[in-house]
Amino acid sequence: MTYRLVVNGEPAEVGVPGMRRLLDVLREDLGLTGTKEGCGEGECGACTVLVDGEVVVSCLVPVCQVDGSTVRTVEGLAVAGGALAPLQQAFLEAGGAQCGICTPGMLMAAEAFLAAGGEPTDASIREAIAGNLCRCTGYTKIVDAIRLAAERRAGAGAA
Amino acid sequence: MPVEPPVVSPRSLAEAYALLASAPHRPLAGGTDLLVQLAGELGPVPDRVLDLWRLDELRGIRVAGGALEIGALTTHAQLRRSEACAAHAPTLVAAAATIGAAQVQNRGTLGGNVMNASPAGDTLPVLLALDAVLVAGGPRGQRQVPAAAFWPSYRTTALRPDELLLGVRIPIVDGRRQAFRKVGTRRAQAISKVVLAASWRRDPTWRDVRIAFGSVAATPVRATAAEAALEGASAGPEAIDRAVAALLGELHPIDDVRSTAAYRLEVSGRILRRLLEDAS
Repeated sequence: MTYRLVVNGEPAEVGVPGMRRLLDVLREDLGLTGTKEGCGEGECGACTVLVDGEVVVSCLVPVCQVDGSTVRTVEGLAVAGGALAPLQQAFLEAGGAQCGICTPGMLMAAEAFLAAGGEPTDASIREAIAGNLCRCTGYTKIVDAIRLAAERRAGAGAA
Repeated sequence: MPVEPPVVSPRSLAEAYALLASAPHRPLAGGTDLLVQLAGELGPVPDRVLDLWRLDELRGIRVAGGALEIGALTTHAQLRRSEACAAHAPTLVAAAATIGAAQVQNRGTLGGNVMNASPAGDTLPVLLALDAVLVAGGPRGQRQVPAAAFWPSYRTTALRPDELLLGVRIPIVDGRRQAFRKVGTRRAQAISKVVLAASWRRDPTWRDVRIAFGSVAATPVRATAAEAALEGASAGPEAIDRAVAALLGELHPIDDVRSTAAYRLEVSGRILRRLLEDAS
């Protein structure tokens, strides 16, 4: 079967089995290896991407269910020309990354949280990343980074 | 890569029924159980998968005919956002909020939770406690199965192989109160060690008491002895003591990877006691 999706703004067409995981389509068929495989069973959130704006774990989504959908991965965050997105810049400044394996998924969960525009309290940020495990125990700085990005976004909106 | 069995994605229920009639298919809703089973090589690989995701007929939440009607493909995230569910089935909203985290709640569905038939399925005790009816469809038309008869044994359902779950009907009852408790290792991403849902009315004695547990038996179960101990009883500590004692006599949980029989029994009694005290 041929499936058509829009990945990071670019149309993509893949001829693959319908039960292939979106994770494998992204990494193996489209060469977008920014999305990481952690557990492969929906527990760790490392493979988190956005499908039509909603966070999903791409290891549990078969490509047949995203035919015609819009997908955003970590490669789609940086702006044209390669400059870091404000969210990525905030992770860098706050020290919100250590080994890096959880970072692409954390960034995508955080991106969905920022887009939803909720109040960046500790509780709401922690709920937004509750499905993303960090084994470097770096949650505090990750939460700081997301709050920083949310505050800057709100400031930019008000300006 | 995990095994990739052949899959078809019908665009209508009629097409789905025809496919089911032609050959056995494993239905696929949001994938949050089936893809875990395929990746983990848990159990036999289905010969064919029937992807239900395009069947918009199975989506939506509405109030009709004195009941809350929820389509089988309604996601846990949609349950959490629904004003009708908040008004008539707040325990279902509470259960949906404890399943996985946002990633799983955006894909996992109520119908998938029902049909996966795990004894730890968090919405199943809620459906038991609210006297829900499961609506099935197939080549012979529709039929309704009470939740109390829907999970006859470990990981089985009352549906036949050529039927699909269409949705859930929860009767709306004036004055009914409800509560939900889940005990797991952490607040997100945890499969239950014990899960409890209850509903009741007070006039001011206990009336129409429903108490249902998950993760304490091979199927989700009603605690009918505890219910009987409360039914018609006056408010106060004596009735609660009798209900908890009855519960400890009727539950027979097991040891498994998530907990032990002794812990589950102890915790079941305590969360029921606290729930009933909070309700008093």
